[in-house]
Amino acid sequence: MDRSRRSFIKSAGLGFLALGFPPSFLVRAAGAQQSNRGKVLVVVFQRGGMDGLNVIVPFKDRAYYALRPSIALAEPAAGEERAIDLDGYFALHPALAPLKNIYDKGHLAILHAAGSPDNTRSHFDAQDYMEIGTPGVKSTPDGWLNRYLNEKRFSDSPFRGVAVGPQTPRMLAGAAPSLSLSSIEEFRLRNQTMAATLQKLYTNSTDPLFRQGGNSLFDALARLRTIESKIPPSTASYPVGKFAVGLKQIARLIKADVGLEIAFTEIEGWDTHVAEGGATGILANRLKEFGAGLAAFYQDLDDRLDDVVVVTMSEFGRTARENGNRGTDHGHANVMFVLGGRVRGGKVYGRWPGLAPEVLYEGRDLDLTTDYRTVCSEVFARHLGQREVGRIFPGFRPAASVGLVA
Amino acid sequence: MSAPLSHEQKILHFLNRISFGPTPEEVQRVDRLGFRAYLDEQLAPEKIPDNIAEEKVAALKTMRLSSQELFELYPPPKVAQERGMAMPGEMNAPRFIILELQQARLLRAVYSQRQLYEVMVDFWNNHFNIFAAKGADRWLTTAYERDTIRPHALGRFRDLLLATAQSPAMLFYLDNWLSVSPNGAMTARLPANARRRGINENYAREIMELHTLGVDGGYTQQDVREVARCFTGWTLVRPRGDPEFRFEPRLHDQGVKTVLGTRIAAGGGVEDGMKVIDLLARHPATAKFIATKLARRFVADDPPASVVNRVAEALRRSDGDIRTAIRTIVDSPEFYSPEAYRAKVKKPLEYIASTLRVTNAETQVTPQLLRYLGRMGEPLFLAQPPTGYPDVGASWISPDMLLTRMNFAADLVSNRLDGARVQSTALHDSQQFVRLIAPDSLSAATRAALAETEGADALALLLAAPEFQRR
Repeated sequence: MDRSRRSFIKSAGLGFLALGFPPSFLVRAAGAQQSNRGKVLVVVFQRGGMDGLNVIVPFKDRAYYALRPSIALAEPAAGEERAIDLDGYFALHPALAPLKNIYDKGHLAILHAAGSPDNTRSHFDAQDYMEIGTPGVKSTPDGWLNRYLNEKRFSDSPFRGVAVGPQTPRMLAGAAPSLSLSSIEEFRLRNQTMAATLQKLYTNSTDPLFRQGGNSLFDALARLRTIESKIPPSTASYPVGKFAVGLKQIARLIKADVGLEIAFTEIEGWDTHVAEGGATGILANRLKEFGAGLAAFYQDLDDRLDDVVVVTMSEFGRTARENGNRGTDHGHANVMFVLGGRVRGGKVYGRWPGLAPEVLYEGRDLDLTTDYRTVCSEVFARHLGQREVGRIFPGFRPAASVGLVA
Repeated sequence: MSAPLSHEQKILHFLNRISFGPTPEEVQRVDRLGFRAYLDEQLAPEKIPDNIAEEKVAALKTMRLSSQELFELYPPPKVAQERGMAMPGEMNAPRFIILELQQARLLRAVYSQRQLYEVMVDFWNNHFNIFAAKGADRWLTTAYERDTIRPHALGRFRDLLLATAQSPAMLFYLDNWLSVSPNGAMTARLPANARRRGINENYAREIMELHTLGVDGGYTQQDVREVARCFTGWTLVRPRGDPEFRFEPRLHDQGVKTVLGTRIAAGGGVEDGMKVIDLLARHPATAKFIATKLARRFVADDPPASVVNRVAEALRRSDGDIRTAIRTIVDSPEFYSPEAYRAKVKKPLEYIASTLRVTNAETQVTPQLLRYLGRMGEPLFLAQPPTGYPDVGASWISPDMLLTRMNFAADLVSNRLDGARVQSTALHDSQQFVRLIAPDSLSAATRAALAETEGADALALLLAAPEFQRR
């Protein structure tokens, strides 16, 4: 979904990061300062509303096939384009085959019927709510990832919170400094003789918005120079596409020990109103990019896997029934993936509400049984050591732990 | 409370809001004619000769072609192959159509004498956003901009709404062309694997959330459903040939509907959709929503409620007359208030256009120039979500975007930018620019920076300074 409207750079959203690090600074491995080999949370936002019911297929729920005569995935069976059985009830979309191995190793947990509890079916509102962390309350000024950064002062590294892309996502916007990165090669002032004057001009400006923006910019330019040499080359092979390239940058920052705690990236194109497809088609193509990217990231993390938890989310799921165009309209609950070395994977979590007509949410959508904030609270507590989430998710009391993270 | 604006500031403010940025000529012209007469002129664009801009746009050949001609000349690779045409290169791929659309938008922003009209074309194009790279919209967007948006940009909101509802580009973008009654006479006869077998809510939701009422405009999921039923059969024939709106009664839901509490009797046919258009166009929530967006464009990101209410009232009284709404805004005391002065951050199109205008640069608008626009966050006609691009300052100043603005300014004045040439005489008269950027209020920081800089760098500095990022 909209990247530009999500961007919200009130804070010190530093902007940039590499869609291809220049070899010069990949080569020099760093001996520089030993920063904490910290824990990292990576949030992946799937903008547009992923159709969770065709991603993790409830093939034993009889209603599923009745609701989706033309787009349902057939029961699992051997073969390339057949759903992959996970636990005898749910099956993985075949385009996500690269994730099966990770699931089997116990490093990928899947949560069904999860998401944001607000009933809005507006992309904009639903994304906003999910990002500010207070579904139903629009006035919250900052994102919940930023509130985490504000809560926990581990270091003053400008790389504590990083979003991949030109804009700061709402989820990371707020008082705590964060960075958004799109291309390191081009992140340079072309006219170097003007650099010092421009910096002074912005730093002394009486315009608060631009003073702050300028401070972030020049701080990022300076800091970048100091860490360039620490970022190691990547040996893992990633698929093509913006999503994978973003994950690759995140993996490099993790390995560079630059103090990364929170990373954010996103993948668009889930708004499948028309000709969504089943085992192949539009949704399958999105899933291919999504699954292959995550699998490559997993490979790449290597010995840092225990330090990382990846959580995926999308603003809402889609109608349980397919619509008149072999697609699905905006719905409610969805699927979340949680990946990492300390994740209790190999299991599909979440209470399954069923798809029978009488249990559908508002008569049309998969009901929600786990609030995404419960999942995030658990990751904060178990992975990042942040047990108190009252200020990160104001007004929210997490339900009992799902048990996703060891 | 700051001092009221000086006469000079008022002129700059006025031009910054109703145009893509002041030039020395226009400053003089406002001074000579007065604000009211100048606005009257701008509100009657059909009477303003516009040869320079029209000549430049006429050189872009896709701009006058029909969707069908565009499809013939710039076919998708597969079709080109079937026809034995050479594989599309830079100049005959569908991508080229979007490139020329972007070029035309920027050329008009820089050169048109009908500045306010072009501001409104940009505004409505964004309000009724479509994504030019979605499927058939690659060949439909040119006609959408030319035949749907432009004729109504200063007209009546209801006519604009109807034109978009029946435009091939919107019908395709928000999927309504595929939305049919599951019980329609024709639906039953379609083959079992047909793509059109029932309702698609996409357009019904967005017409209320984004085009008219606003997300808090008081509609429910049930209303979305009912509006979708009203629009069944509003379809599109030959999307990749000679596209045309058509109402197909055999795909329409003939039953009774209730939209926002209003009953729409059975058997209304195409009139169901017309009633929805009227209902939405004249709804008080729509007046409020459109007034808010207009006031946000012309006054401030968070416009004073007094202006919004006045404009909403003007829209209601004038039956949605867009000129009346604009006049109401410009006539408001809040418009010239010190709080509104330079309160808006220029979005990338506004920044680049105002830079080229103020430097009187000779502009070709090359792909290189357009890449800056993309990097600043506003690749024109390519906003994927139906919301279009945001109109609040905080969206446009991430460090990455800010850096791109600084680099653009530096590249422009050093004439390293393929597609725009600044005259060398202009480069050495930074005082002239100071008068156009901030006649009596260049900040101390900017003055100090200027004192350290000479020649072309001084101009680059001014164009990169915070003052010039605002309008």
